[in-house]
Amino acid sequence: MIYLLYFILYGFFLTAVIGLVASWIDRKVTARVQYRVGPPVLQPLIDIVKLLGKETLVPRGASKAAFLGAPLFGLASVMLVSTILWMNNINTQNTFLGDLIVVLYVLTIPSISIIMGGFASSNPLASIGASREMKLVLSYELPFVLAVLVPVIHSGFSIRIGSLLTYQASNGVFAGSLSGALALIVAILCVQAKLALVPFDMPEAETEIAGGVLIEYSGTPLAVYKLMKNMLLFVLPFFLMIIFMGGLRTDGIHLLYGVLKYVGLVAIITVIRNTNPRVRIDQAVRFFWGPVTILAIIAVILAFKGL
Amino acid sequence: MSLKLKALLKSPWVFHLSTGSCNNCDIEILDCLTPRFDIERFGMILAGSIKHADVLLVTGSCNRQSVTRMKRLYEQAPKPCLVVAIGECAMSRGMFMQSYNCPVPLDKIIPVDAYIPGCPPKPEAIIAGAVKLIEKLKGNA
Repeated sequence: MIYLLYFILYGFFLTAVIGLVASWIDRKVTARVQYRVGPPVLQPLIDIVKLLGKETLVPRGASKAAFLGAPLFGLASVMLVSTILWMNNINTQNTFLGDLIVVLYVLTIPSISIIMGGFASSNPLASIGASREMKLVLSYELPFVLAVLVPVIHSGFSIRIGSLLTYQASNGVFAGSLSGALALIVAILCVQAKLALVPFDMPEAETEIAGGVLIEYSGTPLAVYKLMKNMLLFVLPFFLMIIFMGGLRTDGIHLLYGVLKYVGLVAIITVIRNTNPRVRIDQAVRFFWGPVTILAIIAVILAFKGL
Repeated sequence: MSLKLKALLKSPWVFHLSTGSCNNCDIEILDCLTPRFDIERFGMILAGSIKHADVLLVTGSCNRQSVTRMKRLYEQAPKPCLVVAIGECAMSRGMFMQSYNCPVPLDKIIPVDAYIPGCPPKPEAIIAGAVKLIEKLKGNA
């Protein structure tokens, strides 16, 4: 029963609220970088309410179950990840063996749901977008897993998120060490690709393939996808905060530090997004399998040396 | 006013459709997105796909080739969807009035909610037209 409460209250409501605010921060900072005024605070929420009121169209030739089911799979997996992260963050004893691996696996499901929805919509542009998303998943997963390996090595090969947090609370954050800092840089680049933001937004390049995987979505399924993306904008930086920066502590001044850590990560992601052009998919794969993987391997070797 | 309409008026995503215009109106529409005018203040975004759009901005004189495609796009747009005719050509065919290729004006083909005159209309005029459209819908509800 208590887990259901966690699932609804923390996994959905709190994550959705923070995600919508983060999405507004992202849009506002983008506007300010471009010398514009930007949207009002409630804009992301209004967008979703509007999309819920629109007509839902299923294209002819599309697989209806996969087309309408894909957004729900994505949203449910994001809720599951954020529930596990919140539970670990609130009470570090509230953990089970291997939940780090569960989180890593379940964080891939939003991408898979986007691939599924793209292929199910029987639109050639959506298929191009989905195949690009698939290549992107293949390219960023290897460096991301290597980067997550660094905190595991530092904490004496623990794969519980809770014990990573307790280790950091007593011995200082992992991002403070050389290998941890390198791994954090790699992980931020991978998060940029996981969120499908510029420079890695090939799956939904609006000017090139007209929205890509989301081209055939309208109404409620599109609202679910938008909400999923906004929630991911909270969940992924929160995951990095937990495994590299000691999580979000609620006692006294640490709460302020936690909020600053989160806002700082979102600001870094936004600035990367605003100062780069979109790269081609082959450039992205080469980038992730070349320099980024080498950086991640160096970080892992340094972690073994204890640096 | 219902919540549905209220939310629609606060975040109208526009889709931009040219039915054989000379591209002047299209450039003026894109000007509305630039930092000087910034229509994202009102929650408007240029949508890439017709399935995401709430407002169809039509420019051009509706020639025979583009009319069938325009009808298909209007049918594909999820309702409620509004149509705005931008520029002289979309309103009355302008200088192509007597042309063999432009049989009827836009509002004889699909229902039009707002007209923005000009050849091409200034970005200020387009924003004023959008405000008038929103006021009209508020008055109706």
